[in-house]
Amino acid sequence: MRDWRQHRPASLAFAAALSAFVSCGASALPQAIPVTPDLVEAARKEGKVSFYTSVDVEVAEKVAAAFKAKYPGVDVLVERAGSERVFQRVEQERLANINNADVVNSSDAAHYIIWQREGLLAPYVPEDVAAYYQNNADPEGYYATWRATLSPIGYNTKYVKRADAPKSFADLLNPKWKGMMVKGHPGYSGTILTATFEISRDLGWDYLQKLAQQKVMQVQSSTEPPKKVALGERPIMADGNEYNLFTLKEAGQPVDVIYPTEGTPFIASPSAVMAKAPHPNAARLFQSFLFTPETQQLLIDVGGLRSLHPKAQEHAGRTPLNEIKLMRDDPAAVVDKVDEIKANYAKYFGT
Amino acid sequence: MSAEGLSAAAARLSRAPRARRLGRLDPSAFVFAICALILLGLVGLPLFWLAVSALTDKAGRPSLVNFERLFTDPTLLAPLRISLIVASCVGSISTLVAAPIAWIVARSDMPGRGLIRVLITASFVTPPFLGAIAWEVLAAPNSGLINVWYRALNDLPPFVHFVDIYSIEGLIFVDCCYAFPFVFVLIANALDRIPADMEDAAAVLGAPAWRIIATITLPLALPAILAGALIAFLRSLTLFGTPAILALPAGFHTITTKIWSLFQYPPNPGLAAAASLPLLAATVVLLKAQSWILGRRGYVVLGGRAGSTRRVELGHWGWAALGLCLFVLCFPVFLPYFALVKGALTKTLAEPLSVENLTLRHVRFVFFEFSPTRLALRNTLLFAFVSATLGTALALVVSYVANRKAVFGHSVLGFLATAPIAVPGIVLGVGMFIAYTRGPVVLYGTMWVMIIAYVTIELPGAYQQLKSAFTGVAHELEEAGRVLGAGRVRTLRDITAPLLRTGVITAWCFIFIGVMRELSAAIMLFTAETKVLPVVIYDLNESGDLGAISVLGLMLLLVTLAITFVANRLPGFGASATGTK
Repeated sequence: MRDWRQHRPASLAFAAALSAFVSCGASALPQAIPVTPDLVEAARKEGKVSFYTSVDVEVAEKVAAAFKAKYPGVDVLVERAGSERVFQRVEQERLANINNADVVNSSDAAHYIIWQREGLLAPYVPEDVAAYYQNNADPEGYYATWRATLSPIGYNTKYVKRADAPKSFADLLNPKWKGMMVKGHPGYSGTILTATFEISRDLGWDYLQKLAQQKVMQVQSSTEPPKKVALGERPIMADGNEYNLFTLKEAGQPVDVIYPTEGTPFIASPSAVMAKAPHPNAARLFQSFLFTPETQQLLIDVGGLRSLHPKAQEHAGRTPLNEIKLMRDDPAAVVDKVDEIKANYAKYFGT
Repeated sequence: MSAEGLSAAAARLSRAPRARRLGRLDPSAFVFAICALILLGLVGLPLFWLAVSALTDKAGRPSLVNFERLFTDPTLLAPLRISLIVASCVGSISTLVAAPIAWIVARSDMPGRGLIRVLITASFVTPPFLGAIAWEVLAAPNSGLINVWYRALNDLPPFVHFVDIYSIEGLIFVDCCYAFPFVFVLIANALDRIPADMEDAAAVLGAPAWRIIATITLPLALPAILAGALIAFLRSLTLFGTPAILALPAGFHTITTKIWSLFQYPPNPGLAAAASLPLLAATVVLLKAQSWILGRRGYVVLGGRAGSTRRVELGHWGWAALGLCLFVLCFPVFLPYFALVKGALTKTLAEPLSVENLTLRHVRFVFFEFSPTRLALRNTLLFAFVSATLGTALALVVSYVANRKAVFGHSVLGFLATAPIAVPGIVLGVGMFIAYTRGPVVLYGTMWVMIIAYVTIELPGAYQQLKSAFTGVAHELEEAGRVLGAGRVRTLRDITAPLLRTGVITAWCFIFIGVMRELSAAIMLFTAETKVLPVVIYDLNESGDLGAISVLGLMLLLVTLAITFVANRLPGFGASATGTK
């Protein structure tokens, strides 16, 4: 799913898994379909694109505004909810044979495997994806990683000094952080589901079971823990997302990021065009727009996100991705484990 | 029943009405038949599919597997237990608070009692989920304003807190805040209607005020007080928004949030349906118990007859009583709205109000950047108008039939119109989702599924409203119309309707406000095109965007108040109809 060359391998197993990625990523993607004046005109006739996404609502609206500025006459309706709720909506609508969504973006990459299996996605390869995303796109061209983020530890600098802040996930089990942490919920957030999968695989459920004893405040979306930390509601974020920490920090709020020594969960968030999109041309135009260097740069600069587009520049003042030890994502494994993850989580955390 | 009795009954059924109906083709019978069918469809269809899906396994075979899981799985039993505890506390506490206040407002000469009634109406208009979000802002353990003030006043270090809204107690408290107006209105209206003769007699005989209250007023008001406690209990048991906002951070589920979570992937509608049935059963049993307790003490539901009520003179205590009322109103009204206004206009909520902290960013975001705003506002208003109009029309016809006993089977109509009160919103949402995502009519995804849900949920209230309004209209006028040759429909239009204006407006406002604050069924049934403001606010809460929520919440409130105000001031209509139940 992602460009392995950017990341420092964490272990031999990691490297072995990555070579598997390379072998499938190396196969050529289907032919790219360029944005032609005809496509733009057809999109304008449709007049609208409906974008189901789990990205933070302010980021989504900024992307929408940039699209409307570039293609006047095509409106963007942003439908923002946590990934797992986006998935729930798509499933409910599929059952009722309703076709509302044009382009869908979820932070639980496993969703795309299920959707593709159910025939919900349309193969479509934008030019930028064909040129730059060989290793971060579905080989059959159904989806590609639009954005990425991490689920690091965060803290409020007003209440916790850098030196006293936890350095690792293991540090979070220290009794002094009891009642001091906030985290997202894997039943609502794809970022948290993916992070929970990676953490339970690399550190064991034992770790999460102990974390649950720390009286952690739970919220739904991965976008909320950074906001609760900035607000001072809890000084430490046990999981959440990196991009809201960045945007809050750069807006002058007292928050900062910590990359735990065990590795930081990596979350790829693909985007795809729906097979029965009600506005098929606008959907393709929008999907192409999502992967342009300008949009990718916007995600980085305004959204605090990570981009896998080689032309996009890392933002000054943020640790570059290749300097961070990462936990590997594995959507195919998540598909089979989702029941187990949710059941274990409910058992330990009570919700 | 004896043989004579049976045959006499059969004769009554077969001969007289049929002869009359066949003899004179009365179009109204046709209208009533259609109403009965509509009502049956509204309530029956979702419940039918709910039962079917609860009683089948994933492969669609008949099975009790869902119930087996429901009664053995601890992750389902714990929420059920918590819900019962919360609802019991809310039922008793909100009644203990509402009853004295209702007495003060309805029966004493306290200064400003009119104002207190208006303010309680304002808390009625507040959606419970909005109140819950406002209380997060106020009483979250660390960032909550009350805790910030508490620490500042006592010079305490960070993370010491006075109150924690993310707890069972917090949930009970917020539930009470918004169950309180329902209980208050019920008890205050009952106290308005209890004639003062007996109290006067006791006073003349020299009984002190406390004794009059204990031996006369309280026993007379007891049915209303019990009814109020019951309503509060049921509302709390079936409430979705408040626990959805407060229970997750606290780390527990209530039965309604658990039912909703069963629709997460992989969805389990069968289990959700099975988990809904205890809620349904509890509601039916309690409503039965209520009518059994009330027995024939009918003055709670009897309207009209406003005799002169004697007001207890409080003297200087009047100001103390006013202080008490205003203090109680801090919790559902003053503090939450202060929090919302602050949230709407400040950059950082926990920081004190200051010029640097003020911003119009959230207002600008909601009205100019956030794309769902306009669609959701349009949808909400449209659905509320259509639901209120259709619902009032339906309630009007049904209450007319039930009240005038116009056709055979009128009592069935009355029962059907009241039945939805026993169906919690989330249960109805689950049932309607299952019913309307399959043939023959796939309504899910259209505005009609939302409107059907709203009408169904609000119908019992509107029906009660209009039924008591009909009781106040004399039969004779209608009969005069019929004698003069007008058909039943025409009589209804020309004679009864004008006499019912106030009742109709009240019922209409009641449904309208209900739609503006409904979340539990809407959250199951909306799609991108039919999104409504409560759902948008809920989604924003999921990602913690308190500023935008505050702006949208205040907008929702202002729009609701403005429209109920206008509806009550339309030329030719009566006043004072807002928000009574």
